[in-house]
Amino acid sequence: MRPSGDHERPHGAAAAMAGSVTALPITVRRLSKAYGAVSVLDEIDLDVRPGEFLTLLGPSGSGKTTLLMAIAGFLRPDQGSIRFGEREVVRLAPHKREIGMVFQNYALFPHMDVARNVGFPLRLRRVAATEIARRVEAAMETVQLGGFGSRRIDQLSGGQRQRVALARAIVFEPRIILMDEPLSALDKQLRERMQIELRQLHERLGTTTVYVTHDQREALTMSDRIAVLNRGRIARIDTPRAIYDEPGSRFVAEFIGESSFIRAEVAGGVCRAAGSIIHARQLPVSGGRCTMVLRPERLHLLAAGEGEGMNCFEARVTGVIYQGDTLLVQAVLGDGSPVALRLATRGGAAAAPLVGAPVRIGLAVEDTVLLADESGEAP
Amino acid sequence: MSAESVAAAAGPDGDFHKAALRRDQWRERLGLAGLAAPALLLVIVAMLIPMAWLFGLSFRDDAGALSLEHYRRMLAEPSYGRTFRTTFEISLATTIICILIGYPLAYFLSQLPRRAANLCMIAVLLPFWTSLLVRTYAWLVLLQRSGLVNTWGIKLGLWNEPLQLVHNAGGTLIGMVHIMLPFLVLPLYGTMRAIDGNLLRAASSLGSTPVHGFWTVFFPLSLPGLAAGASLVFVLCLGFYVTPAMLGGGKVTMVSNRIANDIELFFNWGAASALGVVLLAITLVVLVLAAKLSRGAGLFGSGH
Repeated sequence: MRPSGDHERPHGAAAAMAGSVTALPITVRRLSKAYGAVSVLDEIDLDVRPGEFLTLLGPSGSGKTTLLMAIAGFLRPDQGSIRFGEREVVRLAPHKREIGMVFQNYALFPHMDVARNVGFPLRLRRVAATEIARRVEAAMETVQLGGFGSRRIDQLSGGQRQRVALARAIVFEPRIILMDEPLSALDKQLRERMQIELRQLHERLGTTTVYVTHDQREALTMSDRIAVLNRGRIARIDTPRAIYDEPGSRFVAEFIGESSFIRAEVAGGVCRAAGSIIHARQLPVSGGRCTMVLRPERLHLLAAGEGEGMNCFEARVTGVIYQGDTLLVQAVLGDGSPVALRLATRGGAAAAPLVGAPVRIGLAVEDTVLLADESGEAP
Repeated sequence: MSAESVAAAAGPDGDFHKAALRRDQWRERLGLAGLAAPALLLVIVAMLIPMAWLFGLSFRDDAGALSLEHYRRMLAEPSYGRTFRTTFEISLATTIICILIGYPLAYFLSQLPRRAANLCMIAVLLPFWTSLLVRTYAWLVLLQRSGLVNTWGIKLGLWNEPLQLVHNAGGTLIGMVHIMLPFLVLPLYGTMRAIDGNLLRAASSLGSTPVHGFWTVFFPLSLPGLAAGASLVFVLCLGFYVTPAMLGGGKVTMVSNRIANDIELFFNWGAASALGVVLLAITLVVLVLAAKLSRGAGLFGSGH
């Protein structure tokens, strides 16, 4: 994820002030923060690779924002180390950390126009006025807001404010960009467009980026890697595909994507669930009870004679919901466990199963995920 | 849709309830206006009519004929000029001292967690729950020659002779600042609370020191509250009577004291009214200027 070098980023004496444009790695070690007895960050270890787009994903209270705020310097941890490259920054004041930060509510200065907002970090760095004007305009072009410099903040739409905040965060060429749920205030369509734009911008700039969101789809769309946080710990850190396909724990499987869970039992090297023998690429080594993860869009509704080489279940349809892009089919398996399927809505209404009808559901062996039961996890 | 169902939906007047819906809306508006009626009536009876009457009085001489006599005398006699100057000086000084004490206080409160801030706010508001007269007398007790402050000061060897702390401009200022402070802190605190903490974080992430962030971001955004609080204090000071009368010891004559004298000693309602009219006019000018100034600086224009 190196900068491609062919884009029109401003260089020169002023650019050199922000340091060279090489991306910096972030190294977090044993970072902890507790409020009274509640541990918000519990000995977090995290490596953000140079130039990487890493997303911190988790439910509210998982510590993702706390971790970001600690990296930004707005929150003093109880212990731990944070390094940008070789430099230890855990005790460094936020204004000395040279990070571009984008906030959830944009945090644009309402008493300054757009150009003064974007130029703010440059004025602080005593860049010459003409150079400021040039770099502000370049940053505004980058976020597709060229010519908006003299607008007041309250004249901008939510999406435009978001772009101004972004321009302000990148204009001084920080080597690390932090974003705290920057798209959560936008409506769905705009949010999805901005996700693609942010991703493209990151590919052009190649700046190490840490992004916080509670929206799993956003995380999947944008990230090089996702760190899933749960109760102040990193439950899983990997690429979007690895995390989605092999969640590794029930928490991750529940949090990312939709899933139905059914009980399974491994005995003598054979796994059974809901009355069927289950084949998987890998059975849990521990044996005994385990949980099978069924992703709705990976399940097939089988016609007679289909299902060769698949894990198959007999089921009865309990509900059919038309959702436009997909058809959500709810069903119960032979042992009474509920599952959900997503079917493409091609082929008109005729293809939809009827409520109460017996059906056969298939799941390819390579899509079959079994989770060893974790101690203390409710079934 | 069948013809009968359309006819049923059209309602008794056949206009799909258009007239009835409009009537409902008017009834609702009238009901709302009715809520404001008692206050409106009070303002008209207890304020506008007496003011108009005083206004009329100020333009009549002792014989009751139309004249500018009272205004002429105000210009001719230097003592009136002195009274107005004293009024402005005391009011301005009070306002400035209130700002110097109140701004840091409001800032401190706005940075506290909400619960703690609410508790501290009670302390700020406490004086409001005590009678103005009691508070002023309390200052008299504290500041007089044999008062608590002088007794302790001498006991601790800080000074040897009792200091003249009251019955002068200084004593008046102490009392007025104490009474006016909440009027400055309240609107200022509200404005400061509303300033998004992320703005300061954003400033600091962009490289600004806490002090620089305060002056470039926080202070400009707190100015509307400061303007509101300061003009409130200043205007209240202009018409203040009790505290200057008691703590000034006759040496600090503000316009309101002069008005009281005119009425109580000389039964000269015309002169008192003229003073009142001029004070009111000046107050309005001050308010308009304050609003213009703060709007000119783009402070209110950037609001939502």
